[in-house]
Amino acid sequence: MTLSPFVHQWSAIAFVAALAVVGEVMIASGMRQLGDLDDIRATRNLLGTIAAVLTNARFVIGALCMALNFFSMLFALSIAELSLAAPAIGALTYIGNAVAAKLFLRERVDRRRWLATMCVVVGVILLAR
Amino acid sequence: MKHVLKPSQYAILVAIMLSASIGDSFLKRGMGQVGAVNLHHLGLLWHALFNPYVDIGIVFLIGFFAAYTTALSWADLTFVMPATAFGPVVIALIGRYWLHEQLSVSRWLGIGLIVCAVGFVAGGPSRTEHPELDQMDAGASR
Repeated sequence: MTLSPFVHQWSAIAFVAALAVVGEVMIASGMRQLGDLDDIRATRNLLGTIAAVLTNARFVIGALCMALNFFSMLFALSIAELSLAAPAIGALTYIGNAVAAKLFLRERVDRRRWLATMCVVVGVILLAR
Repeated sequence: MKHVLKPSQYAILVAIMLSASIGDSFLKRGMGQVGAVNLHHLGLLWHALFNPYVDIGIVFLIGFFAAYTTALSWADLTFVMPATAFGPVVIALIGRYWLHEQLSVSRWLGIGLIVCAVGFVAGGPSRTEHPELDQMDAGASR
């Protein structure tokens, strides 16, 4: 079975956006778990703070997802035009982040933040035109 | 409780807005000097590491990641997100006022919408309080 170019391109775009969402949510979750880095730096200095971040499992998983995201982005750009892939990935990532932040990080995504998310999505699409 | 940001935390958000786009600009300039990289010339990527513009770009991108993770330690992801979207706005404004490029109406509209988005979230609280989750997290990280 061969996929049509449309399905192929949009599958790649959705995969890149999904990796970005998982990566950013894991990093955000790890940083929430660690707490304010300024407070950590006050007691454990800069090297101790960096060590605390780099040994946090959620942060490491998130960073790995972001690295995979980078390489899958290169693949997506090889099969889809930049003018389609960049705004589509950006827009899907912002919407996915807002939904995932509400569901998994239990952030209070009120009307103000939804409005901001939609402004960013439309703004990114307009900037890429 | 409404979280009010300290001046240093606003500085971190400004660093997020500026560092990625400045880093990308340096990388673009450096890669322009290095030349096109394809599967048959992957060695050029190693060569690119010795280009000063690429090195400066990498330093800015490391700075962006440090600022981004720092911001996520005291603010919600949905609060920091619009700041990360500000990069293309900075690049468009550099293009308009430094390189004297023409910006279309749709790009000006895009810039306006992203500026509005930053304004919307900046006026609200930076962090959602979850005492029970924070306690669980604190227990898990011990």
